[in-house]
Amino acid sequence: MRRLSKLEQSLLVAQFFSRRDFLRTAGAAGAGLIVSVKLGGLAFAQRSGAASVIQGAEGQATIDATGFVKVSSDNTVTVMVKHLEMGQGPYTGIATLVAEELDAHWSQMRAQGAPANTELYKNLAFGIQGTGGSTAIANSYEQMRKAGATARAMLVAAAAEEWGVPAAEIDVRKGVVRHRPSAKQASFGQLAERAARMTAPKEVKLKDPQQFTLIGTNVPKLDSPEKSTGNAIYTIDVQRPEALTVLVAHPPRFGGKAVSVDDAQARAVRGVVDVKVIPQGVAVYAKSFWPAAKAREALKITWDESGTEMRSTAQLLAQYRAHAEQPQVAATNRGNAQTAMQKAVRKYEAEYVFPYLAHAPMEPLDCAIELDNGACQAWFGSQLQTVDQGAIAKVMEMPPEKVAIGTLLAGGSFGRRAQPAGDLAAEAAAALKALGRDASIKLVWTREDDTRGGRYRPFTLHRMRGGLDKSGNIVAWDQTIVSQSIIKGSPFEMMMKDGIDPTMVEGASDLPYGIANLRVSAHAMEVAVPVLWWRSVGHTHTGYATETFIDELLVAAGKDPVQGRLALLKSAPRHAGVLKAVASLAQWKGAKVGLGRARGVAVHKSFDTYVAQIAEVSVGKDGLPKVEHVWCAVDCGVAVNPEVIKAQMEGGIGFGLGAILFDEITLDQGRVVQANFNNYRMLRIDEMPKVDVTVIRSAEKPTGVGEPGVPPIGPAVANAWRVLTGKSVRHLPFNRTTV
Amino acid sequence: MTSFSVNGRPVTVDVDPDTPLLWVLRDELKLTGTKFGCGIAQCGACTVHLDGLPRRSCVTPIASVEGGKVTTIEGISGKEADAVTRAWIAIDVPQCGYCQSGQIMTAVSLLSEIPKPTDADIDGAMAGNVCRCATYVRIRAAIHRAAESLGA
Repeated sequence: MRRLSKLEQSLLVAQFFSRRDFLRTAGAAGAGLIVSVKLGGLAFAQRSGAASVIQGAEGQATIDATGFVKVSSDNTVTVMVKHLEMGQGPYTGIATLVAEELDAHWSQMRAQGAPANTELYKNLAFGIQGTGGSTAIANSYEQMRKAGATARAMLVAAAAEEWGVPAAEIDVRKGVVRHRPSAKQASFGQLAERAARMTAPKEVKLKDPQQFTLIGTNVPKLDSPEKSTGNAIYTIDVQRPEALTVLVAHPPRFGGKAVSVDDAQARAVRGVVDVKVIPQGVAVYAKSFWPAAKAREALKITWDESGTEMRSTAQLLAQYRAHAEQPQVAATNRGNAQTAMQKAVRKYEAEYVFPYLAHAPMEPLDCAIELDNGACQAWFGSQLQTVDQGAIAKVMEMPPEKVAIGTLLAGGSFGRRAQPAGDLAAEAAAALKALGRDASIKLVWTREDDTRGGRYRPFTLHRMRGGLDKSGNIVAWDQTIVSQSIIKGSPFEMMMKDGIDPTMVEGASDLPYGIANLRVSAHAMEVAVPVLWWRSVGHTHTGYATETFIDELLVAAGKDPVQGRLALLKSAPRHAGVLKAVASLAQWKGAKVGLGRARGVAVHKSFDTYVAQIAEVSVGKDGLPKVEHVWCAVDCGVAVNPEVIKAQMEGGIGFGLGAILFDEITLDQGRVVQANFNNYRMLRIDEMPKVDVTVIRSAEKPTGVGEPGVPPIGPAVANAWRVLTGKSVRHLPFNRTTV
Repeated sequence: MTSFSVNGRPVTVDVDPDTPLLWVLRDELKLTGTKFGCGIAQCGACTVHLDGLPRRSCVTPIASVEGGKVTTIEGISGKEADAVTRAWIAIDVPQCGYCQSGQIMTAVSLLSEIPKPTDADIDGAMAGNVCRCATYVRIRAAIHRAAESLGA
């Protein structure tokens, strides 16, 4: 997701949550102690360990200066992290920002997911509470440092009062508060109670980056111990008394509705409690998962399929092709691409086809929710808490302030859980409401539900035309993108610009290369398959199309892929910087390396982070590319935690590589063909290349790293493959065209 | 009724005989460290040890576990387990973390069989465990690190 302007933010909130009562929620909740409301009620102590290792001890918070920082008498500092921890490291990164200005000792830091509370915990880039667009560190950088500095000032004030000395004579270092002249000292925990009574300063001074002791270092991740011992709690692990497990039978075609159901056999399964028709399908309620799964198989459902999507992938492709030749809306138009194409000495044209892709997080979608005496409490890996809270409130017909959401760790997301209409939350609420009584349920999607449940990376076609003059200079670039809008019809629709969904053209409309005549146009198709942002969104296809096409044009002109790009990046210094860095890291001496291997390069900016990658590729046993080694350079401004950044690059490379090699969701008369990891397969360890990452040292403001590692790997591999085999792969995935 | 042991404790459960071990562990015994990923033995998130060998609990009917010894992530112990867990934390292997219980169960089995595995040994043993975050580079490094610490 791109960042919203202030106006867009207010429009978004106003439009989607127009009821006055929503806006009251935040105010009514107040600051501070909201953080512990209801969260403590969840039975985290289901294991002998009681309080979580990540989370600080419950109920001991005595200072809560900002709603973000709790200093406890046991000397732990718990940061309420407003961003969902789904693997990209915000628990650690944001706690680092707080600890830096607080001058805490890293070992005393804890992190906890913040509950739904838009006023306190909104993403400053969105205006609503949510995680996405690689914004977690970028939007929190100053805010969380200020929170840490505020808590520090209150601890110092408490010490000054206790010792009867001027605050100016007090230092804080590694979690110890010390009076310089007398050498008196105290821990945060010893001062916490008094500090809570201090008035928070209105202004705090932040450190000069030269003074940083934690930012820029590889502090150990806060969530690694729990995640390495089976102790981390995800939604699927939530245990509530008397809770029922719910599985929902969804329609076989998008837009279908259950008309009637014969549930006699389903109800006969031991452990099944109820069966209800809900707007999303047919819900089966059971005492545990397995009876619910067996009973769901036994349902005989009549579906109303009028108005559902009935087309197959081949039909969609034919229609996309036809639309690519029709007049389009230009997202970028400089010079005159059409005239320049006509005058070009050498002309190139290529069609690219990108399939629907499922996110396939390891933890399928799930949501624990309960109704108790007119109030609703949910616990799940909510990625857009504001939206999910509104969606639940709407279904339950209650004001949003009656809906509490505890944010839990998510077993991956990659965009899957950031649903613009709160689909999953609404389905869980609908299943709860259908029971017609106070109850506690846990909605669990199976892998098949997830794979077939829609919300895919949009099916997309690019038509590329490029022209060279007689000296081999690129004089024309004309790109047409036919895709499906992610935001049209959603609460994010006001992000549309001149009728174009920016997520369709991002990464193409801002092509960094110095090409005088450039046009990028778009056409949005109407398809009933629901689509969504998939890790790096539009860049998943624009990065591939632009970086393979430019490579072909450069090679056609007899230029080196690295030098040729650098010559066109005169006014794009950060693109050039990562490209030079990766060439140096890989000791680039050209695409041909011999010994049955070749190299390809790609550079792409997404979410204001610049990444260049070089892939060294051979032909694998199955006729697919075997990626032997990848070198990566990333410029994300200030590197808060270089190891986390490296890990995100490694993971992004593996994620992007699996997608371009293997993955497509296809439709057979509207039904999704793929169902599980056997036919929608993930990259495995034996397919994972060696990866070397270099992080550019920078004083620019920090930008995100969750997504930007993904776009360059596809084109880098494809460019190497073309050198190795002579084949340009433009219809993804590789295994449909190369095997 | 099916009787077996979990992490050294005898248990008896009364569920349909086709109920997978995974759901007995998670729903009946509240041992939620073992994860559900696919339900068809394709991802390895549900890996436990049954009589000392790695087993996909999502496709293991509880009836077939009668009299068996089950070890889960919560109960795994011994020098290989300690070394693997320490290495996992030291290298910060997990991202979302959801698959890591299964990864660790398989890695412990690997080190019990092959104390000094090569990259090829690791790839061979671990290829059945999917990590959607693709933490594979660090999984390899952590297994090597664990092996080194065991040899020291």
